[in-house]
Amino acid sequence: MLFFSYFKDLVGREVTVELKNDLAIRGTLHSVDQYLNIKLENTRVVDQDKYPHMLSVRNCFIRGSVVRYVQLPADGVDTDLLHDATRREARGG
Amino acid sequence: MSGGPGLESLVDQLISVITNDGRNIVGVLKGFDQATNIILDESHERVYSTKEGVQQLVLGLYIIRGDNISIVGEVDEDLDSNLDLTELRAHPLKPIIH
Repeated sequence: MLFFSYFKDLVGREVTVELKNDLAIRGTLHSVDQYLNIKLENTRVVDQDKYPHMLSVRNCFIRGSVVRYVQLPADGVDTDLLHDATRREARGG
Repeated sequence: MSGGPGLESLVDQLISVITNDGRNIVGVLKGFDQATNIILDESHERVYSTKEGVQQLVLGLYIIRGDNISIVGEVDEDLDSNLDLTELRAHPLKPIIH
């Protein structure tokens, strides 16, 4: 649940989601759920010339299972806080 | 779960689904469930190639298993009607490799 909470805190921020088919989509994080499914708004594909497949899509749902990376805003992560929370979760709460 | 990225808001709207094998299916969302299984009505596949424009294959009523879905995009119908698919050329999308 840690990363679910983490992503919930990022709602409203601009992120780039790279998929396991190499497609990278940039947009504003609208919401996330327990499966780390992601909804983005005002999306654009990073390389639109190579991937014109989503030219008429501005809002999209991305299935959590196909996400390879989420590129975050530089100030989007408090590493010390996440570090502690990760240790706590590893210890079992 | 309220507030999550559900597909409720897209029901009866035109959506564009990208599947794990790289296909692009466009149709009207009629239903979905927890596993992202999806029912599409009046659907067609858009086949991309570098040799010719986008081909559209009529599929009709379709169920797509959630396991096989990568993206569900809300189609902006204005943007979509301004697209000249006959002139659009691109490699098909690569399959998802887990």
